[in-house]
Amino acid sequence: MNAEANTSCAEAMSDLALLYRESGIAEVFEKLDRELIGLAPVKSRIREIAALLLVDKARRAVGLAASAPSLHMSFTGNPGTGKTTVAMRMADILHRLGYTRSNHVIAVTRDDLVGQYIGHTAPKTKEVLKKAMGGVLFIDEAYYLYRPENERDYGQESIEILLQVMENQRDDLVVILAGYKNRMETFFRSNPGMASRVAHHIDFPDYSEAELLEIARLIAAQTDYRFDEAGLAAMRDYIAHRLAQPHFANARSIRNALDRARLRQAQRLFMNADKQSAPDKEALMTITAGDIRASRVFRGGLDGERKQESS
Amino acid sequence: MMTNTNQRLTQGQFSFLPDLTDAQITKQLQYALRQGWAVGIEYTDDPHPRNTYWEMFGNPMFDLRDPAGILLEINNCRKTFASHYVRVTAFDATRGVESPKMSYLVNRPANEPGFGLVRQEVDGRNIRYTIHSYATDKGEGERY
Repeated sequence: MNAEANTSCAEAMSDLALLYRESGIAEVFEKLDRELIGLAPVKSRIREIAALLLVDKARRAVGLAASAPSLHMSFTGNPGTGKTTVAMRMADILHRLGYTRSNHVIAVTRDDLVGQYIGHTAPKTKEVLKKAMGGVLFIDEAYYLYRPENERDYGQESIEILLQVMENQRDDLVVILAGYKNRMETFFRSNPGMASRVAHHIDFPDYSEAELLEIARLIAAQTDYRFDEAGLAAMRDYIAHRLAQPHFANARSIRNALDRARLRQAQRLFMNADKQSAPDKEALMTITAGDIRASRVFRGGLDGERKQESS
Repeated sequence: MMTNTNQRLTQGQFSFLPDLTDAQITKQLQYALRQGWAVGIEYTDDPHPRNTYWEMFGNPMFDLRDPAGILLEINNCRKTFASHYVRVTAFDATRGVESPKMSYLVNRPANEPGFGLVRQEVDGRNIRYTIHSYATDKGEGERY
């Protein structure tokens, strides 16, 4: 009897390892680690969810009760912290683990869900829900759905339909709500039904300076650019300056900064074209300190520039 | 003939088979979606075979990836028109085709009276034949 239990236990263990390998989830995790810098709490939560789904699969295989867990999520965090990117990855992970039937993500905002006149909202919301069935529905800036200042706002109707589907068709659809932390908290406070149906609240922390630099290098590498040594130092300075200025949007600001640096690099190569021979591959790839230090961020940003103009 | 021995309407695909289960319908929907066809739901209470234009239940559903959404609408339609005929059509929008590629019943009334043969005497002793649905003797909405 005891020996029998032991062998079945061993079987379950090997099953789990097999399931892990078969799902190809390791590859997704590796990609996640490689392409997403920082975000430690987010990654650990994703691993937890993946583990739960795998264990559920194994439990079902040996005939234990395994109810489909509710996987509706809320992603909160400042702009540019990777909420949308993670949502796309999440769809992939859930599909590989067999929780969703497809890996597609339908990204919507208030405009796509809420109608303009009476009777317009329900069909609109339902159409979006139907499109998202089998995959993930990503609602960006979800708090706009609820407008307490206008009691006739149709957003409430949309929320009610969402809630109904989130509850009744948990197997068909995963809803991810995203937005700024404090506004999402207000949203959940005023919609307790929504709060109780969202099982996973994941907070996206801001990136540290070191992480931002790493992100800059990664974005550059993905587009076949690289920094020279002085360029990297300039980027570090840039990040320190930019962090102190308003409207900083984490990775998005870094990407924009790189786009502008590419513009300046192109301009520099173009201006030097008649003086030098054709730039080699190295020159075409390299972003130098000059390309970055020309940024207005070093002169006090947008506000600083305006002050200089007026004086 | 339009009716078989069980008085069941036989129009579209699978109509000589027992009614499709939801799981079977899902498989058929999956096939249609994989082909990139837009699925629509239609209903009527006039089963005459020449009645090709049925009422649409909502708009045809474009850009869907999964049959769950369509099944939801089918069940809504069954609830609203429990004693009507409901069919699913899959429209192929490919240039040059532009017509339904699939059409099958997913709901039928509990009691189907069937069709009678009507003989009309014309031009001396000539006989013209047509079929007549017993159900349509009653007014719209009271037929089944």
